[in-house]
Amino acid sequence: MADFETPEIKEFIGIPALQEGSMAHSSPFIAKPDHQESLGFPGELVENWQQVALEKMDDLRTRYRSFQVFLDSCVKCGACTDKCHYFLGTADPKNMPVARQDLLRKVYRRYFTVAGKYFPKLVGAADLTEEVLDEWYSYFHQCSQCRRCSVFCPYGIDTAEISMAAREIMDAVGKGQKYCNEIIGKVHTIGNNLGLPGKALANVLEGLEEDVEDDTGVAVKFPLDVKGADILLVTPSADFFAEPHIDGLIGYAKVFHETGASWTLSTTASEAGNFGMFIGSYENMRRVSMRIRDAAKELGVKRIIFGECGHAWRIAYSFLNTLCGPFDFLDQNYPIPQHILEYTWGELEKGTLRINKEENDHMTLTFHDSCNVARGSRMGDYPGGQFDYPRNVIKAVCNNYVDMDPKTTKEATFCCGGGGGLLTDDLMEIRVKGVLPRATALKSVVENEGVTHMAAICAICKSQFTKTLPYYGFTMDQIVSVHQLVSEALVMKGSEQEAELDGTDGDDTEE
Amino acid sequence: MSGFIAALLWVGLVVFVGFTARKIRQYWKTPAPLKIPTTPAPVTQTGVVFRMAREVVLFESLFKSNKWIWVFGWMFHLGLLLAFFRHLRYVVSPENFMWPVISNVIVQSFGQYAGFAMVAGLFGLLARRIVVERIRYISSPSDYLMLLMLIVIGVSGLVMSFVSHIDVVQLKMFVMGLFGFDFQNLPESGALLIHLLLVVVLLLIFPFSKLLHAPGVFFSPTRNQIDNPREKRHLAPWAAEKYNDHVDK
Repeated sequence: MADFETPEIKEFIGIPALQEGSMAHSSPFIAKPDHQESLGFPGELVENWQQVALEKMDDLRTRYRSFQVFLDSCVKCGACTDKCHYFLGTADPKNMPVARQDLLRKVYRRYFTVAGKYFPKLVGAADLTEEVLDEWYSYFHQCSQCRRCSVFCPYGIDTAEISMAAREIMDAVGKGQKYCNEIIGKVHTIGNNLGLPGKALANVLEGLEEDVEDDTGVAVKFPLDVKGADILLVTPSADFFAEPHIDGLIGYAKVFHETGASWTLSTTASEAGNFGMFIGSYENMRRVSMRIRDAAKELGVKRIIFGECGHAWRIAYSFLNTLCGPFDFLDQNYPIPQHILEYTWGELEKGTLRINKEENDHMTLTFHDSCNVARGSRMGDYPGGQFDYPRNVIKAVCNNYVDMDPKTTKEATFCCGGGGGLLTDDLMEIRVKGVLPRATALKSVVENEGVTHMAAICAICKSQFTKTLPYYGFTMDQIVSVHQLVSEALVMKGSEQEAELDGTDGDDTEE
Repeated sequence: MSGFIAALLWVGLVVFVGFTARKIRQYWKTPAPLKIPTTPAPVTQTGVVFRMAREVVLFESLFKSNKWIWVFGWMFHLGLLLAFFRHLRYVVSPENFMWPVISNVIVQSFGQYAGFAMVAGLFGLLARRIVVERIRYISSPSDYLMLLMLIVIGVSGLVMSFVSHIDVVQLKMFVMGLFGFDFQNLPESGALLIHLLLVVVLLLIFPFSKLLHAPGVFFSPTRNQIDNPREKRHLAPWAAEKYNDHVDK
């Protein structure tokens, strides 16, 4: 592990003075040949890589309007320069969104525009050299594709689109990232990012059934591969073993149980996450998505519901219909796909769930809007529903809730610092520095409003926070899943909690 | 000299119109394969029209982002628009139905004083580019030169309007002659010469530079897409061809 200094957490999120090259050393491990090849990319850097890279760039700009328009339109106004969490945490000017884009734009200008061909110095165009490729590799893996810059750009230029294109170009020349490409390979072959085989999954679920029964006295099922179930639940595989993710999964199961839903998980679609988006690969993103369509068809379900996962929900909400629709074989009376929070909030509104908010009284909650949910998707049928649904659910199950600084929530939310394929140990420095803006906002509500816990609805956010917030003096258990809160407060029929609450428990209520 | 300027103006216009149209055609033809509006986004076409209108007229996103850039940028663009309206008096004849509007005293005097707003905005933008470290870092020589060019265009225009007046009747004859291929003499004025030459440069570089942000913003998928991916399947032609084989299964 490389040595680095954890930035000092200040009272406010400040704009740092530039420190050129301060993160130039940050680079993730390069994918091994077999990981590359299994995704259809060259195993290692090809000999004529410049030519291949430029051809790929040319190909992408004819297939993606975003790429072409964004490359042309930037006027270098500077509006985005203080918006990226990685810039705010590292002070490296190449982490300013426009500067990050320019690493690629200067090459585009050099080879594809009149100005750059004849007056490269004048317009800041540059040759595609090995140094440039190395810079791409470094700085396009310091972007979590969170889209915060796109909110503030007067032309809506989204650096995520540029990063995805850059990574696709790098994959095409044989310089892919190990973390993403290895994981995509696992999804293709095994069905989830962790490489958790069906048998292990079944064991985990069985263990959970026992735990919940011990805890509540109710036999809550965690069904797997049940044909003919109504609902297919697709959730990030971290939900099967990581903390606090797994407490969220228990929450989904209890809600399904209590509402009498017929549901199932699937071995082959035991992963909501889709790293195909991180590497900008339409083809891989589609292949990963097709598992879900295939599983839904095979199991004969009527609905698909996604668990708490940020990027997964963006892909599910925004892309799934495009990639592998139409879903005419599902029940059209429900959103396709649906978010678990849409389901749970619907049930809470109907009043089908009995809630004892006091169970969560030992906490004061705040909520971290996950970047890809906030800026790349929606919940419900009106714009901004993605902000209300999680808050509505939290407030329905907790008495103490406080929002963080509005400059850091909703559409202006900061990424956790681990999204977009950066959630790997070889990028720990950028992850720790990238969480600084969120940590600063959290610290403020902790000190001024008595907040004790922060809830999240994304597997990556939860993993990243539990790992990096301790660098700033927080503890791992301050991060909770939203459905964990639901799980705590839900009073299931016939449960020990119900008996205790209603005093029908008999012997031990007289204290 | 007048003939030379007339020829340059024609070249500038042809290049501007031709190559900008080519760019717009390129943007138009290039598909957006995925739904990527920056959310929260409108869920109807009408909503998208309003979002785009707010973006183009009020610079909504820039307003959220940075008040200084917004103030200077908006002053410049609004000033430019008003000055443009004032200039229509040179290309529209009094018989034209638009003449009463164009020659209206409000349009004309707003257009005249808008030049100050335009130049002030440009100086503000230039100052930020020089003074703010982050913006200085991302600036290329062309970024400064473009601002300087626009400043000189604005200042030379203001000079003709407020300091050393030119023969506007003669200028109008020149311009009308330009479009009718009946070339007339330009009024004698150094400021006018500089003004027109730089306008030619502006026309020539427009389709090859960041000035393409003007048509570009209308084609930005993060701003012009409707947020309805669950309700309506969105499929690009190339994706339909290559990645849609599951539909027949």
